[in-house]
Amino acid sequence: MGKTISEKIISEHAGRSLKSGDISVVDIDLVMSQDGTGPLAVSQIEKMGFDSVKNPEKSIFFIDHAAPSPRRELSNSHSVLRNFSKRTGAILSDVGQGICHQVLVENYVCPGDIVIGGDSHTCTSGALGAFATGMGSTDIAVGYTLAKTWLKVPDTIKVNFNGMLNEGVYAKDIIIYLIGKITSDGATYKAIEFGGEVSDRMDMDGRFTISNMAVEAGAKTGIFNSDGITRTYLEKRDRSGCFKSIYADEDALYEKVIDIDCRIIEPMVSQPHTVDNAIPVIDLEKIMVDQVFIGTCTNGRLSDLRVAADILKGRKVAEGVRLLVVPASKEIYIEAIREGLIEIFIESGAAIQNPGCGPCVGIHQGILADGEVCLSTQNRNFKGRMGNPDAFIYLSSPATAAWSAVKGYISDPREAG
Amino acid sequence: MSKNVKILRGTSFKFGDDISTDLIAPGRLFHLRSNLPELAKHVLEDADPEFSRKVKPGDFVVGGKNFGLGSSREHAPAIIKLAGVGAVLAKSFARIFFRNSINVGLPVLVCDTDKIEEGDELEILLSRGIIRNNTRNIDLKFNPLPEVMIKILNDGGLVGHIKKNRGFNL
Repeated sequence: MGKTISEKIISEHAGRSLKSGDISVVDIDLVMSQDGTGPLAVSQIEKMGFDSVKNPEKSIFFIDHAAPSPRRELSNSHSVLRNFSKRTGAILSDVGQGICHQVLVENYVCPGDIVIGGDSHTCTSGALGAFATGMGSTDIAVGYTLAKTWLKVPDTIKVNFNGMLNEGVYAKDIIIYLIGKITSDGATYKAIEFGGEVSDRMDMDGRFTISNMAVEAGAKTGIFNSDGITRTYLEKRDRSGCFKSIYADEDALYEKVIDIDCRIIEPMVSQPHTVDNAIPVIDLEKIMVDQVFIGTCTNGRLSDLRVAADILKGRKVAEGVRLLVVPASKEIYIEAIREGLIEIFIESGAAIQNPGCGPCVGIHQGILADGEVCLSTQNRNFKGRMGNPDAFIYLSSPATAAWSAVKGYISDPREAG
Repeated sequence: MSKNVKILRGTSFKFGDDISTDLIAPGRLFHLRSNLPELAKHVLEDADPEFSRKVKPGDFVVGGKNFGLGSSREHAPAIIKLAGVGAVLAKSFARIFFRNSINVGLPVLVCDTDKIEEGDELEILLSRGIIRNNTRNIDLKFNPLPEVMIKILNDGGLVGHIKKNRGFNL
């Protein structure tokens, strides 16, 4: 019997052949946490009686969630991470470097790796053909100290995105569509492997968006084959040495296969307060927006900013609407400046903020008022997510977000022309 | 009855489907993550503002499907435990929340929670897999935990397990 990608990668890291349902202690290639989960990981490391990390060059702490710190308690938590990194030699990615998941794929993750992260969207790295999954601080603490974790090899759902994408439809629309179909727990405990012509042709930025949101269907990870597109991405980053071809065997056993014809998918939004509350934009009543946010580990990449700038060029954000733009990493920020995208955003009326998670986690940089509506390119619209349980969050692609900022209400980006 | 049978007793606090970690430990209280006893005063506040004042040691949180979906924040099960909750019962749990709960030593039990209402008096026989609803006079079964998780729970959580064995011994 052939193996799924998860079965292959986990078997290799366990040193024996495993199949779905098996449980094993495995070696890990990368372990990371961020300023929301890292401080607790550090205190758990100390509780276990350790004061070191096993592989410092493969252990990373990111300060991205509340960066720069908006208050004293968080500044002190940041100090914990800075001091621990200094003491142990672990890598610190400090204020301004960018969101953990983006910096990881840019600089650290290789196809075939096992990555564990103290952040649920660690599954983003699955787009490179890695087995990447989110865990809590204690599991991450053990990962730092032993470079090991225990895993149950998940069953896999194969999702084939077939056909082609319609005009105005992006990776974000098809993943929202999928989650609307299978619901917020449709893939709980399982891996999703993404295939089909649309996936095979998709650029890495689109693949990152899709893998990022696998957890919104409950999945443990969301994986793509590593192929020529993966190789080119790594080559451009001077990391071609870490390319490895990762794919499932022809006769791999899937729990189920879901075939989606992308030609029927239109621009989508998730309505409050769950991601699976999905609807095509054209079926939505007129929803006025107070704030539009373009950024995050889901959609703060260069191709996202290009699409948004293309729509905003020569146009103004509607009166009464606040548009916030946050590049996902320092590199993306610099390139967006070089390409003139940032100037277009500012001219249109947007406020640009430094690379990081921005207002997505509800800590700072754009907390909503009571009753306000935000359209965001983030991955999650749970009640209270953006700092106020009495506000309403809709999710969309950067194109829909940009055009809606111009119109003042949630609008179909195909009208932008 | 063997004295080894651990029994939990308490009152049910009923919540709906899809209780997210944002409802349990919201991001607006991010700064309290370094002060768990303070954060615990706000546990589940955005789902039930009165919960943390009403809950008594040993009481149960009872949810619907997909309890604990969302972020990896271990602070969510940690403050449910700190608030004195004896166990969380739900039709299903999100993966990271489930694993975190075991790691912090909070029992999480999968059962048919339609048979439990707000305020029901429950008795849980952990090692026997039985939940006795004394208000409604019915017994519910819960799915046994995977063996590796029982080992971790028995060591008092993952920190205890690693400390005891100087590594994994699963």
